[in-house]
Amino acid sequence: MAIRIFQFSSPQTFYPLAGRLIPLFWVLAALFSAAGLYTGFFVAPTDFQQGEVYRIIFIHVPAAWMSMFIYLVMAGWAAVGLVLNTRLSSMMAQALAPTGALMTFIALWTGSLWGRPTWGTWWVWDARLTSELILLFLYLGFMALQASIDDPRRADKAGAILAMVGVVNVPIIYFSVKWWNTLHQGASVSLTRAPSMASDMLTGMLLMALAFWMYAIAAALMRVQSIILERERHAGWVKDLLEPAAVKGSP
Amino acid sequence: MEWGSVESFLSMGGRGAYVWGSYGVTALLLGLEAVLLVRRHRGARREPGAPGAEP
Repeated sequence: MAIRIFQFSSPQTFYPLAGRLIPLFWVLAALFSAAGLYTGFFVAPTDFQQGEVYRIIFIHVPAAWMSMFIYLVMAGWAAVGLVLNTRLSSMMAQALAPTGALMTFIALWTGSLWGRPTWGTWWVWDARLTSELILLFLYLGFMALQASIDDPRRADKAGAILAMVGVVNVPIIYFSVKWWNTLHQGASVSLTRAPSMASDMLTGMLLMALAFWMYAIAAALMRVQSIILERERHAGWVKDLLEPAAVKGSP
Repeated sequence: MEWGSVESFLSMGGRGAYVWGSYGVTALLLGLEAVLLVRRHRGARREPGAPGAEP
């Protein structure tokens, strides 16, 4: 087992594996999206307090969950890359950052569009919103830092330090609604007690969370494929991989 | 959930702009990311090392 794990930790073996997995995750993302959107718009009832606008929840909460989860996974891969000096781990961290930033932006955007009709404001500097905005800056900072260092291995190390320090922000986001008095509501779903929402609403939200999860995996795998090619371009296997295409392209 | 008509579905109880503004921008951004990923991969296959190399 250990041997196989290390086998797939080489970019050369992971590249074709990612290529086989990508279509699978796209299909899963599409199926979960279809089921989640159907449940969210045609099964879940109208909210007795908020009316229909609450249906933003089916993308807001999954995007917010993914924004935090992707950060943890990204920092985890970055840390593994720093400690074990494995190239692919750092590439995975790099591949996750833009998708994580996108999820964070979607959480903020949909939250703003939800806040306006329900709270009467697009934005408020409360702990939950502010810490989520800091998460966006952490992603952007990670990407900018890596882009600003020419040597990829040094960029990996610097990025890993930033990503690991930023991990402290994730529990702050998650528990902000408990630790501070926020305008943002507390968690409707938690592992320790029954969810405080109608079961059809919960089903729709969980299906959409799965859809976002599958999407994020597909996107990260696609991006890591590009990063592998870009960074390993001098390796013999990349030349061999691209050779047939080059021959075909020239008359 | 019975909507009755397409109009009532689109109006989302008068909050259509907020709901569809959320879903629309999300779909647009995810679609855009997917397109950029395909283009970057094509570019990398054509000329590895040149991110997003144009044809």
